[in-house]
Amino acid sequence: MVELALPKNSKLTEGKTWNKPKAKGDWREFRVYRWSPDDGKNPHVDSYHINLDECGPMVLDALIKIKAEIDPTLTFRRSCREGICGSCAMNVDGTNTLACTRGMDEIKGTVKIYPLPHQPVVKDLVPDLTNFYAQHRSIQPWLQTETTEPPKEWKQSREDREKLDGLYECIMCACCSTSCPSYWWNSDRYLGPAVLLQAYRWVIDSRDEATGERLDNLEDPFRLYRCHTIMNCSKACPKGLNPAKAIAELKKKMVERRY
Amino acid sequence: MADMRTPLNKVRGLGSAKEGADHFWKQRITGLANIPLTLFLVVTVILLAGKDHSTVAAYLGSPLAAIAMMALVISGAIHMRLGMQVIIEDYVHGEGAKIICLMTNTFFTILMGLACMYAIIKLSLGN
Repeated sequence: MVELALPKNSKLTEGKTWNKPKAKGDWREFRVYRWSPDDGKNPHVDSYHINLDECGPMVLDALIKIKAEIDPTLTFRRSCREGICGSCAMNVDGTNTLACTRGMDEIKGTVKIYPLPHQPVVKDLVPDLTNFYAQHRSIQPWLQTETTEPPKEWKQSREDREKLDGLYECIMCACCSTSCPSYWWNSDRYLGPAVLLQAYRWVIDSRDEATGERLDNLEDPFRLYRCHTIMNCSKACPKGLNPAKAIAELKKKMVERRY
Repeated sequence: MADMRTPLNKVRGLGSAKEGADHFWKQRITGLANIPLTLFLVVTVILLAGKDHSTVAAYLGSPLAAIAMMALVISGAIHMRLGMQVIIEDYVHGEGAKIICLMTNTFFTILMGLACMYAIIKLSLGN
């Protein structure tokens, strides 16, 4: 059955308060999920205080400041710091988002930071996305053709190119998939919104010649039809995309090819 | 014992079942049919509330009322079974328990559907 309570060794405990706010400045408390595979302890929530007057405006700026000045053991992924690499996806203030594009001014009071939900944790804020990436690989996210390759490029009309807008921008940060309850319960078999959006991106590509095979591979009670239009995916997407709509379009294609 | 299967092996699993669209479509069709049929049921219940057995039997003696009622039972039963199947597949993960639940779901639906049909026919055609 579905696990509704956390296993014993995953129960959160109160952690350490690393520093206190000083008299002057705009101080903000950060409560951050911590877990290490090395010490055998349960995960705990540590408190850090940051003077926002001496910190960049984004949540990632605060995390980098914590790591640089207060606690070098704090572990998280980050790279581009401008919302294009998807590395710093985490749960900030109850919503899956990119720490680099979430402004501190968008959050009231204490900033709560957890790893992406319902994924195995490697350490602290770093989730293990092995299954997620394997699912992406399984939909064969590349152009597939049988016609002899043209000397220059595969051509596409403007109208057909426009169909990829709202799809090609996906950075595979996993914010949407890990916000989806269906993905929480069945991520071993359900592909999840991010991968289905990517799948639709190739199904709808006018240059691709494997549309039917792609739909064949998706037509499955678990791979596609675990989506119950909960819409958390579209709410969570930090790039403003609409995975729920892409999934609905896939379902429409499944019906369309039957009649 | 460490699991030595590759992530792609696990994701591909037993492959695509190549079905699901039919389930999806039937759920929409019956859902759509259930809107007017349920409204009919509500009107019927309001009309017949507190009335005696002979009045109900006379009401269902009309072919239109009896057919609409039977259509509601068929459409509702199919919709119920499909919906419950999704819930079972979502939340029951043990293969054995899942199969038992799915079978029970089918048996329960058929039993309920037949009982309702029998009642309608009996009332409609008179004792």
